[in-house]
Parts: sequence; structure tokens; C-alpha cells
Amino acid sequence: MKKSKVDIKEYSDVWVIGELIDGNISPVTLQLINVGKKLANKLNKNTIVVIVGYGEKDRVTKLLNYGVDKVLYIEHKILRNFNVMGYTEAIYKLIEERKPEIVLFGATSMARDIAPRLAAKLDTGLTSDCIKLDIDERDGKLLRTKQGLGGNLITTTICPRNRPQMSTLIPNIYRPANYNEKIFGQVEIINPEILCEDYKVKFIKKIPLEDKKVNLADAKIIVSGGRGLGEPSGFKLIRQLADTLGGIVGASRAAVEAGWIDSRHQVGKTGTIVRPDLYIACGISGAFQHQSGIYDSKCIIAINKDPYAPIFKICDFGIVGDLYEVIPALIEEINKKQQRYFDNFP
Amino acid sequence: MRRIIVCIKQVPETDKIGIKQEKGTLIRENIENIMNPYDKNALEEALIIKDKFDAEVIVITMGPPQAVDVLKEAISMGADEGVLINDEAFSGSDTLATSKVLAAAINKIADYSIIFCGQKAIDGGTAQVGPQIAELLNLPQVTNVKDIKIKGNKLEIVKATEDGAYLLETETPILLTTTTEINNPRSPTMMGINKAYGENGNKRISILSGKDLNINPKEVGLEGSPTNIYDFCMSKKSKTSEMIEGNKAKEKASILINKLSELNYI
Ligand SMILES: Cc1cc2nc3c(=O)[nH]c(=O)nc-3n(C[C@H](O)[C@H](O)[C@H](O)COP(=O)(O)OP(=O)(O)OC[C@H]3O[C@@H](n4cnc5c(N)ncnc54)[C@H](O)[C@@H]3O)c2cc1C
Ligand SMILES: Nc1ncnc2c1ncn2[C@@H]1O[C@H](COP(=O)(O)O)[C@@H](O)[C@H]1O
Repeated sequence: MKKSKVDIKEYSDVWVIGELIDGNISPVTLQLINVGKKLANKLNKNTIVVIVGYGEKDRVTKLLNYGVDKVLYIEHKILRNFNVMGYTEAIYKLIEERKPEIVLFGATSMARDIAPRLAAKLDTGLTSDCIKLDIDERDGKLLRTKQGLGGNLITTTICPRNRPQMSTLIPNIYRPANYNEKIFGQVEIINPEILCEDYKVKFIKKIPLEDKKVNLADAKIIVSGGRGLGEPSGFKLIRQLADTLGGIVGASRAAVEAGWIDSRHQVGKTGTIVRPDLYIACGISGAFQHQSGIYDSKCIIAINKDPYAPIFKICDFGIVGDLYEVIPALIEEINKKQQRYFDNFP
Repeated sequence: MRRIIVCIKQVPETDKIGIKQEKGTLIRENIENIMNPYDKNALEEALIIKDKFDAEVIVITMGPPQAVDVLKEAISMGADEGVLINDEAFSGSDTLATSKVLAAAINKIADYSIIFCGQKAIDGGTAQVGPQIAELLNLPQVTNVKDIKIKGNKLEIVKATEDGAYLLETETPILLTTTTEINNPRSPTMMGINKAYGENGNKRISILSGKDLNINPKEVGLEGSPTNIYDFCMSKKSKTSEMIEGNKAKEKASILINKLSELNYI
């Protein structure tokens, strides 16, 4: 398993492992291309996107419009549906053959399955869930920055001796790459030899979410409720405020554990890490596990009847008061504002 | 189902963890340690299978000598045996080095049907160890499992994903990582506590060193870890919170909404 010393000079270029979702280029892939190009520019190397799949050539070709130097499209019938060992093996072979210096993934469920396996197969270091990627100007090494220990520690790691340097990046931190009519790269199709048709895990079917998708990660406005609601019906009020603002409902773990709301609504370290423009926390004390999931919100508003609740230390605006009085008042004020807007409309 | 191996990690409970300046590794002294909460779901699932199919459940941990506590806790919940993998040479291991050690131990235990890991470790873990063990043992894996049905020698598994779930069918041996949705971990029983902490409790624990596992010390610990810490800092969000003053809820609400509207948030 252990490789003899690698010659790091043999490794070059920045690879982005892209994903198609229902045939479309996933948003995080475009964000990764943007980051990858920045890193590649600093190193004076190429940015290459690698996509695995079957029968998607036309869609894959569109990636060239985002300013990448090359698209490597690994195509095989067995790889039509996501398959952990098949994807790992196909990408592994290509990495061994072409020797990229840096390999980036989005922190998606696909990457969580294959990136660690690839790192183990390649005997190299992987840092997952990064929030920032950069190049050390002194020696050209990849600097991988992530939050640790529930958000109260920021760590930057390097992978000095092994190659490639691998990392997964949390979605929606970087902007997507710009679309460009002019293209300069090309698509190269790779047909890997994959012998083992049966990787033991068989895909039977997809089970969709029962109700509307709770897309907390991409929400611009989130209104969250906590144990301070006191009872499950409190979420009706939370939803009312969210609807008034065109936002999505979030929750603290305490509210989820009380059984008041489905766990998909949980915000925080063990729920979803969110970064909306507006985050409104109602009846949430602000435990650090909750805080670490909301740090990157542009504006945090806290409503709590305890003036000493920790949430007030990290909010932008705070209101001390009973949420059952404050929220209806807020809804009324917002409606009034919108009414005025319509009144002034010619 | 013959033998089920569960990987459990001892993690510091509080958030008062620091970092050793000179080496960049975690300081763990004087901090209370607990079983990684996610690993309790993994253990519970193994125990559910044990109850139904009479499988043997072995818990393993790599850590300092005091990590034996989590093995005993697991035995008091119903596990049969515990294996502590301990060696000075392991300290400072990153996820890959850790996975190599655990994979070597699992190889030695052998004859397993399922290996369970938790979803992730709360002390800065990022859910890498499970898949890496699977890779090193050349086993298939399913991560984020939220339901398991055993049908003969096949497993029907529901895997949680971003946009719903997948229904999968697999064979053993396999490595699975669990979500917190999958079950509610049980508490220790009196009988279990006796089993773990009673007179013969220590007989249920074995200790393996690097030598027992034929591990080259250069491949593990700080030296064998491809990932090194370069820099770290405590993240202090320096924010000036503005408290909205006013007499009644209505007045406060009106001030806040005006501010948000001025700032173009609504
Ligand atoms: C391993 C681990 C992971 C965790 N992960 C998460 C996570 O991802 N997300 C998460 O949220 N938590 C998480 N937690 C739990 C976290 O530690 C807290 O227990 C939880 O966030 C508390 O939720 P809360 O603020 O709703 O409840 P509480 O802490 O009980 O706070 C309720 C607040 O409501 C206020 N209140 C009461 N009545 C009213 C009223 N009428 N009007 C206004 N305010 C009122 C109270 O003053 C109080 O501040 C985790 C814990 C552990 C151990
Ligand atoms: N030192 C360890 N000993 C035993 N199991 C571990 C250890 N480290 C990680 N694991 C297992 O791997 C899972 C994922 O850990 P991590 O990759 O660190 O997030 C944990 O939930 C455990 O099941």
C-alpha cells in the first residue's frame, strides 16, 4: 500500500471532480471551477474538470464554457448510476496515470463516499469540508482551511510530502465561474477498463423526500424556532413569519429532539450549516453547536426573553421579549410595509 | 450474521479543547472524555442485529489507555468484547493513519459480517475513517445508513442523501456508517454493568499494540500522516450586537423592520 517516496515535481494541474445532477452541471461544480482556476493561475497550471457518467457527452461539453482548459469525461455503462467502488476505481486509475497536483471535490454525499477512499488508495492526505483554499506563495503548496471543533477553531492543513493534495469544499462559499461563449478547451473521453461489473452494492431505487425539499443550505432567509416555542404548534407562528418573508423554516436540535419538527430542518453543527442573508432565531439560546452553523449568515436577528442568552453575543440585532408577542408584531409591521409599497405603486 | 465489529472513538466532551503549540496536535488532558455520540447509533444497530440473529459484537477503539472506558461502556450496553489498540507510535495520527491501524486490527479479528462506524467523530472528524477502512480492506461500503433490513444473506439498506434516500441491496461483508435517525441507543443494563465492570470485566478487553498488528511505526503517528497542521486560530466572531430598545413588542418590531428595510434585507 505505502508508496515509496513520491516525486512531487511529477505532479501538475488542478483537477475539479464535477457532478451532474439529473443531467445538469451541479452548482458546486461551477463554484469549484472558479476556485480551481484561481489556484491554477497562481501555480501557472491548467484547470481540468473530471466527470464520470454515461451518455452525457453533450452536457459535459458545456463545461468548456466556464473557462476550463480541459474536460476529462470518464464514460462507462457501469458508471451510469453512482457506484462507490466503480467511481473510485475509475478516478483512481486516471489520477495514477495523469498525476494531478491538486484534486478538489464539492462536499457532497458523492464526495463523502469516494474522496476518502481515493485518498486511502493513493496514500495521500484529504482535508474535508474546507471553507477556504489557497496557495502558499512561498512554496506553491495547497492551504486547506476548515472550521473545527464546532466552529470555534479554524485550522489550515497542508499535505507536504504526498500527492495529489486533496480537499472537499463546502458548497456556496465561492461564486460560480462565469459563463463564456468563447471556448478554448476540449473534451477528452476516457473509456476505462472496469472488469468487476458487480460492486456488491446494488441500486434498487431512489426514495424522494416525503414533502417539499427543505433546502436550508441555499436559503436566503431562514426563520428558526427553538425550545423557547414551548410547544409544537409554535412552529405555525415560525412558518407564518417565514412565509411573510419568503423564507424557510429552521430549528434548533432541542426542537427537533422534542419531536416538534422534522430533523431536516435542524440548523447547526450536526444539522445544516447555513449562510443566508437573514437568519432569525426565535426562542433559541445559542448553544455553540447552533452558533457554529450560522456564523456565515450576513445578518443574524435574535428574539429571546432572556437578556443573557448567548445568542445575543453573536447577533446583529437583538430583541429581548416573548416571541409570542414579538413575532406577530413583526408580521404586522412587514405587512404594513408591503402595503405601503403597493399603495405607492402607480 | 456471525460477527459484527463496531469502531468507537473516545472524544473530549467539552469545547475547551486547545492545540499543542509545538506539534499542532490536540491537547486532551484534564478534559472529560465520552463515547463519540454518533458511535452509539452504530453500536445500537449492531446490538439490534445481535438480539435478532445472535451475532457476536466486538467493539474496537484506537486511543490512549483511558479509551478503555468507552469499550467498557459499550460492553455494559450489550457488546461482547472490546479491543483497545494502543501504542505510543500512534499518537498524532491523521485519519488515514488511524484507518490503517483500525483496518489492521479488523483484519486480525477477521471473520466479520458487518463493520459499523459512526457517521463522524465530533472532535473535528469529517467522516473519513469509515470509507478509508473499507478501502484498505477492499470492502464495499454504504454511508449514512438510516434503515437496515436483513433478508437471508442479503441486506436491504436505506441510505440518506441530500435529496432523499436510496434503497440499496448488498451482501456481507460490508462496512456501514449510521445516521442518528436509524435508532435510539439503549442505556446500560445492570447485567451489562456487571459484565463490564465486575470481577471478570477485564477478561473481555484485549489490548493490541503496533507490534501485534505488524504495523511499521513510520506509517502511522505524526510521521506517517500525510496531512499536517499548518496554522490554526480560535475563531472569534467580533460582532457588535445592537439591542433594539422600546416599550412594547410592537414598538421594537417596528424599529427592527425599518432597520432591515433600510439595509435592504427585506
Ligand atoms: C454532539 C452535539 C451536537 C449538537 N448539534 C446541534 C445542532 O446541530 N444544532 C443545534 O441547534 N443544537 C445542537 N446541539 C444541541 C445544543 O447543545 C443545544 O442543546 C440546543 O441548540 C438548544 O436548543 P434551544 O436553543 O432551542 O433550546 P434552549 O437552550 O433550551 O433555549 C431555549 C431558549 O428559548 C428562550 N425562551 C423560552 N421561552 C421563550 C419565549 N416565550 N419567547 C422568547 N424566548 C423564549 C429561553 O430563554 C432560552 O434561551 C448539539 C449537541 C450535542 C451534544
Ligand atoms: N480512533 C478511533 N477508534 C475507533 N474508531 C474510530 C476512531 N476514529 C474514528 N473512528 C470511527 O470512524 C468514524 C468516523 O470518524 P471521523 O472520520 O474521524 O469523523 C467514527 O464515528 C468511528 O466509528
